[in-house]
Amino acid sequence: MSESPVTEAPVRASRRRWWHRFTTRSPLLVTIDALILGFVVGAVVIITTTASVLDAWRAVFSGWSAFPHACKITGDVVGSAYRAMFTGAVVNPQIFWHAVTTGHGWTVALTPLSETLTYAAPLIIASIGVGIAFQTGIFNIGANGQAILGGVAGAYMGSLVHLPTFIHLPLTLAAGIVGGVVVGLVPGLLKAYTGAHEVIVTLMLNYVVAAVLIFTLLSTVLQQPGQQNDISRNLEPSAQLAPLFGAASGLRVNWGLAVAALVVVFAWWFLERSSLGFDFRVTGANPQAARASGINARAVIVLVFVISGGLAGLAGIVQLAGTTHYLDGGFLIGNAGIGFTAITVSLLGRNRPVGIVWASLLFAGLGVGGRAMQAATGIPLDLATVIQSAVVLFVATPVLVQEIFRLRQTTAGEVRLATSGWGS
Amino acid sequence: MRLELRGITKRFGTLTANDHIDLTVEPGQIHCLLGENGAGKSTLMNVVFGLLHPDEGEILIDDVPQRFANSGDAVRRGIGMVHQHFMLVPVFSVAENVVLGFEPTRRLGRLDHARAREEIRHTSQQFNLEVDPDAIVENLPVGLQQRVEILKALNHDAELLILDEPTAVLTPQEIDALMAIMRSLAASGKSILFISHKLKEVRAVSDVVTVIRQGRVIDQVPPTTDESTLASLMVGRDVSLTVAKDVAAPGAPVLELDDVVVRDDRGLAAVDHVSLQVHAGEILALAGVQGNGQTELVEAIAGMRPVESGRITLGGRDITGATPRAALDSGLGHIPEDRHRYGVVMSLSVADNLVLNAPRRAPFAAHGSRNLAAVRDNAEDLVGRFDIRTTSVQAPLSSLSGGNQQKVIVARELSRPLEVLVASQPTRGLDVGSIEYVHRQIVEQRNEGLAVLIVSSELDEVMALGDRIAVMHAGQITGVVDPSTSRERIGLLMAGATGADHE
Repeated sequence: MSESPVTEAPVRASRRRWWHRFTTRSPLLVTIDALILGFVVGAVVIITTTASVLDAWRAVFSGWSAFPHACKITGDVVGSAYRAMFTGAVVNPQIFWHAVTTGHGWTVALTPLSETLTYAAPLIIASIGVGIAFQTGIFNIGANGQAILGGVAGAYMGSLVHLPTFIHLPLTLAAGIVGGVVVGLVPGLLKAYTGAHEVIVTLMLNYVVAAVLIFTLLSTVLQQPGQQNDISRNLEPSAQLAPLFGAASGLRVNWGLAVAALVVVFAWWFLERSSLGFDFRVTGANPQAARASGINARAVIVLVFVISGGLAGLAGIVQLAGTTHYLDGGFLIGNAGIGFTAITVSLLGRNRPVGIVWASLLFAGLGVGGRAMQAATGIPLDLATVIQSAVVLFVATPVLVQEIFRLRQTTAGEVRLATSGWGS
Repeated sequence: MRLELRGITKRFGTLTANDHIDLTVEPGQIHCLLGENGAGKSTLMNVVFGLLHPDEGEILIDDVPQRFANSGDAVRRGIGMVHQHFMLVPVFSVAENVVLGFEPTRRLGRLDHARAREEIRHTSQQFNLEVDPDAIVENLPVGLQQRVEILKALNHDAELLILDEPTAVLTPQEIDALMAIMRSLAASGKSILFISHKLKEVRAVSDVVTVIRQGRVIDQVPPTTDESTLASLMVGRDVSLTVAKDVAAPGAPVLELDDVVVRDDRGLAAVDHVSLQVHAGEILALAGVQGNGQTELVEAIAGMRPVESGRITLGGRDITGATPRAALDSGLGHIPEDRHRYGVVMSLSVADNLVLNAPRRAPFAAHGSRNLAAVRDNAEDLVGRFDIRTTSVQAPLSSLSGGNQQKVIVARELSRPLEVLVASQPTRGLDVGSIEYVHRQIVEQRNEGLAVLIVSSELDEVMALGDRIAVMHAGQITGVVDPSTSRERIGLLMAGATGADHE
């Protein structure tokens, strides 16, 4: 670098430009800052709920000499928690190095990353479905119900039919998409033809579909033979998404990741390059101008729900065919409700395909890493949810983040609210 | 009150909106600030009213330097502002709006309605501003709403009134009434700072005219200065205010309306059995005070409002009750009245806005996939041909000035193959330079054989552009006259005199 003095000035200039960018308001920077703040909030939660840390700080009241010790304990506890989270979600450098040097233990070294990608794949698909709807000004809060019915439809096709893989797997995935479309069409048609508000309809349909799931699982058609519980037959191996590196690799990451990659490419093309995607974006940005420009609002509303619901259904069947292989009463319920997480992931990714990929990886990583942290340090997994929620909260309030980090205003104007459009 | 501005400078990033502006408003003076859109008039007024803080310079009231932390400070120092978009609560009464923020109260904080009414009656008598204190604001015509705004400022003891483009929303009659009010206020010693870009009004009412251009004071001239001098000062070059055009050579009728009835949002017949014909190669100007059914008529033609009865045909095809898509595909070009709402998408790029209503037309798309190179080439071409000022065709439309946004719509419509162009208020809010430009484009298209329907509430525009003038009142056509008809005659038709004696 320093061999030629001529290059010094440009280097300094570029560094200054870099610094300028880093302190100027931009959506990306606000997101990164929100992330930092999310982890700060998580640290505060750890500190205030860990007895050893609180005891150390209580000692400070008796004498300042305890102060360094309190700081050290705090750093240790928070540091070990986040370290466990990182090594559990991405990679443990020691184990990785061991694998590199000895050539053994690759499975262990790569398992964290494999797990994160396994969870990320269906999340990416569902979030892109939600994001496309958001970009059209439609709030699809029903992605979870659509994903569940996608799983149910896929389970019918995948466990009751016997076909060779090359035809069975595509049919199973297609069944999942159809299941999601069917649930999505209900709010779509209701909104297009009666004006019913999609938020209410999709939200309520989630409960309907959750009940349908239990109902089908207790029916003799889908129920695992010899079982009385709400558990389905296994998908036929020909309907499963195989592990990406073969069953012998011991890594769970499967071909669902490839499906997700295809969806990302499709979504990018759809939003940026397709005529229909242009109609969607115009409708989302200015519905009245869309109508005046000859865009058929009804068709757009119905199609948004077809695409958004279809992707949610695909997410459901990818989860089923790639990871669980059978349905039970807990499928996509509660913390595993990827259709709900998809809403926050989509907001975090600013409804754009690439942003959603990063946000999905982050959320999947926090979930996987949180479990590792719970195992290693005893700090509850719920901390991951606290961090996830705090990050989204900060992303939704860019003005607050700008104030905290004292970001310079850009000449292009304010950073836009990612959630703008609510209530309009 | 004597207001003096010394060297006011206000910058936004690299843009200098106000560049060392000096200005003095004497007591009892009507001082007009004349300039194009984007010249820095509104910025300057926001500085005076305490909404923005100047980077340099000072504001003096009666020779005492002032520092306004916010608009409340300005109000306390006797400055009142009537915004272009009224700051009224529509569901409140006139009295409630006027006392808002300074409400007279009785014990336990109860509103003293009687005293509020009394105050208003007193103020309105004092300044000759008649308005019913109990009327609900949303039921009042725009002119009276503006009167309420003025009353509100006077009720806060304003000595200097800032009127920001007050005539933009008024009918000709209301404009006359406003000018009378301004004169009587000035006679009673109030100072008025009047912002406008309409030369006629400026000359009619001002005592002094200060022309600003690109943030700088260009000149201070007496109101007796002729219009063309004022206009060239404003835009920095000579502009023609009349539209040069040859006699029309009308061809076959292209757009035909036959006994059309259209209902408005309240279910009333806003268009009441209207029949019109627009011929190829002619401009039919539809005059009329706003709100007499013109908006609904245009919406019906554009397929955005159902037609109750009657028939609309375009080039022989029946487009009655057609979808907007079908209307556009039949060769309808539409420059909508509310361009921000119906004409453009602010967050999309200039290039995307230039193909907004024809995104699938070759070569912009094929097989469901957009051809972004073609979209960009089209934009580069139109930006050059229509002189649209933008940093790049990929810049969001919101980064353009109002005049250039309108040029984007005009360019988009005129670059499509059209049979008829329907333009509603095509030059509303535009500066002189842009008005001239838009007019010239419309006349050019008419010369090439396009049928044009112009809807405008500006009598000057109607008379300058129209080959024939149809006048609309209360949903009906009260007369179709020649542009040589006197203004008084057209004014009568606009006011609803039946066209029994028209040619």
